[in-house]
Amino acid sequence: MKSFSQRFIIPLTFGLCMAGPVLSQDVEELEALFWARKDSALTRFSQADADFMTGMIAHHAQALIMSAFAETNGASPVIQTLAARIINAQNDEIQIMQEWLEKRDQPVPHIMIEDNQLMIHGVDHHHDMHMPGMLSSEQLQELEEAKNSEFDRLFLEYMIMHHEGAVHMVHELFNTDGAITGESTYRLASDIQVDQITEIDRMKLMLEELENLN
Amino acid sequence: MNIRTLLCTVLIVAGIIAPKLGLAQQSMVFDDPRVGLQSGLFDAEEAIWNLNKLTTVPPPKDFVGAINSDLAFKDHYVFQGNYNGVQIWDVSDPASPVIAREYLCPASQSDVSVYENLLFVSGEGLGGRLDCGTQGVDERISEDRLRGIRIFDISDVLNPEYIHNVQTCRGSHTHSLLKDPEDDENIYVYVAGSAPVRPAEELPGCSGMSPTDDPETALFRIEVIKVPLSNPSEAAIVNSPRIFEGLTAAPVHGPTDAEKIEFEEARARGDFVVSIGARNYILPPGYVAPMVTDYFEQQEITDPTVADTNAFREALPGMISAMMGLDVIEGRGPDQCHDITLYPEIGLAGGACEGYGLLLDITNPINPIRIDAVADSNFAYWHSATFSNDGSKILFTDEWGGGRGAKCRDSDPMEWGANAYFSIDENNKMHFESYYKLPVPQTKTENCVAHNGSLIPVPGRDIFVQSWYQGGISITDWTDPANVMEIAYHDRGPVSDEELEMGGSWSVYWYNGYIYNSEIARGLDVFELIPSEFLTENEIAAANTVQMEYLNAQKQPTYRWPPSFVLARAYVDQFERKGTMSSDEIASLRAEIDEAEQQGNEEIISRIQDLASASD
Repeated sequence: MKSFSQRFIIPLTFGLCMAGPVLSQDVEELEALFWARKDSALTRFSQADADFMTGMIAHHAQALIMSAFAETNGASPVIQTLAARIINAQNDEIQIMQEWLEKRDQPVPHIMIEDNQLMIHGVDHHHDMHMPGMLSSEQLQELEEAKNSEFDRLFLEYMIMHHEGAVHMVHELFNTDGAITGESTYRLASDIQVDQITEIDRMKLMLEELENLN
Repeated sequence: MNIRTLLCTVLIVAGIIAPKLGLAQQSMVFDDPRVGLQSGLFDAEEAIWNLNKLTTVPPPKDFVGAINSDLAFKDHYVFQGNYNGVQIWDVSDPASPVIAREYLCPASQSDVSVYENLLFVSGEGLGGRLDCGTQGVDERISEDRLRGIRIFDISDVLNPEYIHNVQTCRGSHTHSLLKDPEDDENIYVYVAGSAPVRPAEELPGCSGMSPTDDPETALFRIEVIKVPLSNPSEAAIVNSPRIFEGLTAAPVHGPTDAEKIEFEEARARGDFVVSIGARNYILPPGYVAPMVTDYFEQQEITDPTVADTNAFREALPGMISAMMGLDVIEGRGPDQCHDITLYPEIGLAGGACEGYGLLLDITNPINPIRIDAVADSNFAYWHSATFSNDGSKILFTDEWGGGRGAKCRDSDPMEWGANAYFSIDENNKMHFESYYKLPVPQTKTENCVAHNGSLIPVPGRDIFVQSWYQGGISITDWTDPANVMEIAYHDRGPVSDEELEMGGSWSVYWYNGYIYNSEIARGLDVFELIPSEFLTENEIAAANTVQMEYLNAQKQPTYRWPPSFVLARAYVDQFERKGTMSSDEIASLRAEIDEAEQQGNEEIISRIQDLASASD
């Protein structure tokens, strides 16, 4: 984690190096205030917030593994698009949550994915992987082995369950005293909720239509 | 393992999947002054094209470091929302805005609207307080919390008086005002909330259950607040219409030209191409084969005949259509809208509602009725809508990643986090035309995605000025919605090149000749257009003849141009650009206008307006 002075000096150094506008004394003060407030906002969080981030990183990581099967398992084009979007979105969110923890001097879970096995390093207590919506290793293997339209069906079924678990985790957080008092925490948690609810709706429709065929 | 190594690992995993996308007409531009700008908070390097920046004013101290959000305008005042409250700028001289009043009253997102002597402010976050205190609210259930709409009396703009609240179950992420042309006694506020529903212990009657379990659930509805203008403190929710219910068969857009070529090539290769509604889909052979097997198994056909095969072919579009999941089943659909743009003069509203873009009939303001819905598999999150001035077109934005994410990197598809354009036919059905996304890549420390904007009233054309967060501002011409073209921009380097700090343009709107930009971290920017090959001096001057007493971009006004000689000249410039007249004809029209102006004869203005309407 960077100290306040490091944060403060870097932009000023650029200011001197480039042919940009010269900072007046007032603006320098405002800039110092800006970074000081960003730093003090970092203290506004609860253990529940940190636990949420830690858990959600692992939760998202499993979605990456599930989505990676789409390419190899003969998924339909629309499922491949869906999977690619999930990978893009959740990869970015993992990074945001890791930075969230790092900036608050909290242990940061690091993800290793090898042979579709998820390993988490960097957190003392191994977070329990039985979070809502997480696939068991048997279910993950079942998905890995499914092909073509069977894969599509199973992917939707498991990803809906997985997303519903994430939404449940957000609701739990909202229902915790002292949680999500920080602005960035609020924004991240509510964005995860909105994005995943939207995707759940879309996936439920895809699944119902798929099942109507059979 | 440090963060960087970790990211590499994750990205490699992600790299296994190459996104399968439809062809976009637009491609990313790498050779652009906006690429590689130096970072900085108040001293970031800037790139600007066909715009002149008059000034940037930083936020007052109490607002520094808190997010600047939406803008509203009244007379010579700009109301700038901020997560810490509202900043009121006096822009009598647009080149030097002066802070006229700081009103500290924290709540996210502090979306602002004004109507006559009233100011409305949205509160959604958990820390908003009824007493405007800055200490937040820590308890899960608290009687101090405000989530909903704050109402201020701004009869004296410099001394807003906080007169009333309307608390809502999901809070107010954004809101829009509706003035019914038939009703001068009330103003209506449409509230859109996207956060989890608050507990009934905090606000009685709130329920987040599904409609089948609880018909009074806060899900699947928006809230309409009626504000009596003679007594705004009696403002209350009058209806919670379920505009999402029974969404049926959301139509899908037709192919782009590039896609048509792709389909022809696929047919030539012998790939399966199925047409569903207005859209074609290419099916890889490996995908169809198991479907054939499944189909015959279901039909208990062991030895298929030609007739059986043909029956399969006929059934295939229906099967694929079902698998695409784009036909919406009765009773299903999104459960909230992000933003609703109301255009009362044409009786329509555009709702950007989770997975759908909706067209609503708002001729009865208390009971909006959905008349059309579009879904798009490239759209993650329908965020906001803007109509063309004549109401014949609508654009929706996709706030993929919620505005937090860096979604304009060179690896992000051009169809994701973009605008989608639709024409609206005489039966009020929407037809897809194209996508547009900020054409230059941004760094991974710049949050970037399509966001708010407004029309610039250039007569005879549809010009849109739009925020792309740290992607800056992009001004586009969407007169032809199938070929959207950028005509001006402004961009800054990232707030930080080390980590993603929220910044950039939240909202940018044209108001009475100037372009005001609410910069999340840096304050308020003011721009003016400068002439270019895409926009002449006369067109800019004609736009500037449109003067408004107030503006809330989500309550879209109809622009009307008072008759003026510069308006006539602007049209002649457009005839010249379109090449519909010879240079002799152009020269003689210009001479005629000069002469008419000297004689004070305005007849020529309407004649040229008629010529312009005829050429459309």
